[in-house]
Amino acid sequence: MSPDINPHDPGAPLDPLPGHSSRGRLERVLRRGEFAVTTELNPPDSANPEDVYERAAVFNGWVDGINAVDASGANCHMSSVGICALLTRMGYAPIMQIACRDKNRIAIQGDVLGASAMGVQNIMCLTGDGVQAGDQPGAKPVFDLDCMSLLETVRIMRDNGKFLSGRKLSTPPHVFLGAAINPFAPPYDFRPYRLAKKIEAGAQFVQSQYCFDVPMFRTYMDKVRELGLHEKVFILCGVGPLASAKTARWIRANVPGIHIPDAIIARLEGAQDQKKEGKQICIDIINEVKEIQGVAGVHVMAYRQEEYVAEIVHESGVLKGRQPWKPEMNPADALVAARMNAMREGAEQNQQQLAGIAAQHPH
Amino acid sequence: MADPKPGNAAPAKKAATGAYTPAGVSPNRRGRHTYTIRLWAVRHSRFFEWFYNRFANVFLLLHPLWKTLGYSRVEKPITFVERHVKGFLFDCRMCGQCALSSTGMSCPMNCPKQLRNGPCGGVRSNGNCEVEPDMPCVWVQAWKGSQNMTGGQKIMNVQKPVNQSLRETSSWLRVTAEAAAEREAAANKEMK
Repeated sequence: MSPDINPHDPGAPLDPLPGHSSRGRLERVLRRGEFAVTTELNPPDSANPEDVYERAAVFNGWVDGINAVDASGANCHMSSVGICALLTRMGYAPIMQIACRDKNRIAIQGDVLGASAMGVQNIMCLTGDGVQAGDQPGAKPVFDLDCMSLLETVRIMRDNGKFLSGRKLSTPPHVFLGAAINPFAPPYDFRPYRLAKKIEAGAQFVQSQYCFDVPMFRTYMDKVRELGLHEKVFILCGVGPLASAKTARWIRANVPGIHIPDAIIARLEGAQDQKKEGKQICIDIINEVKEIQGVAGVHVMAYRQEEYVAEIVHESGVLKGRQPWKPEMNPADALVAARMNAMREGAEQNQQQLAGIAAQHPH
Repeated sequence: MADPKPGNAAPAKKAATGAYTPAGVSPNRRGRHTYTIRLWAVRHSRFFEWFYNRFANVFLLLHPLWKTLGYSRVEKPITFVERHVKGFLFDCRMCGQCALSSTGMSCPMNCPKQLRNGPCGGVRSNGNCEVEPDMPCVWVQAWKGSQNMTGGQKIMNVQKPVNQSLRETSSWLRVTAEAAAEREAAANKEMK
């Protein structure tokens, strides 16, 4: 049984630990110094909770956190608050993403409280893609806060117990704060300093954009270590399998911020089974980045290939035999079930009948 | 490049209205397609920093004048001048809380996401914007501009969210009024 479980109720937050800002599993794993694995749930275009559970089930026992994306790529899907509320009920450790594109500061602060009340322990603050990238380019881009001021807002809510306006909260949201980094986009020399800014604003862990260029990531990490940032924040490197050379080319041309070197595409093209090669590239990259000092984990993004996450994590061996949480039955529930079974199978005592017998029974 | 608007896959197809979309128009319909003056200002960020510091001092010296006339009364003409001067030089959007000194003289309100704390992760490899492929990223420019400035490290400060209620007001007067109030508070403290 995983040590990070609430013995009374798997859906409830864990016991608070000193020095931890949340009562979640991800923070415990990272602070223990274990190599963490997180992944991303492909949000359903549906109102059926089973769709969420089905998509989460493929990660059981392989990941420490599941990102619930907030309309990623500006495409409409089930909301991240909704997904998180469903997942926390089952005991999963979702990482709620908040994008500044769709909500202003009033809606965001309300969502933070609502999510925290639903048991969300990790919140990830993002700027969000522009609306032009998604399926509804005619939408109004909000961008009231940016990721930095969003981080600061949630940190103020948690640490000072106040809204941005200064109004008091009766119970602050105890969340572990995350942010995103992209070492693969210009201005390259500003990127490590931007991470420093994010840490100052409140980031406790960061997940990077897809890493396909390990030397570039290494250069970034050198600078990060020089600034001493790797000791103040847990850095999770984003990785993922490419389905084919064609997909890789499409991503490179159409998805801003993802940098795919020519060598990767050439390697995909030269392979017999491109899908398998894509997976192998991902595993190779994991094996390279896990050796970089300051990398606390990997964030596996396998969009529409979620079923490969388990294989990738297994074959890369990053867990070193550790098994992350998987849904387990509440021990108390097992006791009730056993009792119910015994009652169903065994002879049931009819108290009224027994009383009748006793009354008629001569002494 | 084959695709004229990389990063925006088939915008006309996706446009929910199905309305006619002229080719080559930026996704958020900005009229300006040349950024010559804005980029020139960033290249001369050091000069503008020096100039602005002098200028702010002069404005502060004129504080008694603003006070006599009434800050609310001079607001309108000063806003008019500020909008046009800064609009010409920096494509100022009149957010009313100028951050140019902390952003390498590259106005962050020109960023389609109005980011005030640094570039998003979508910057193209050629240093252009994700949303407007023809526009050099405001923050790539800001980083360059701040490298020239003596107070360039101010780019590391975490900026507060924009107070939308201060839009279309004069940032110059606000800074002056605040500096004057601070000076008076300090003077009062010394008297005691």
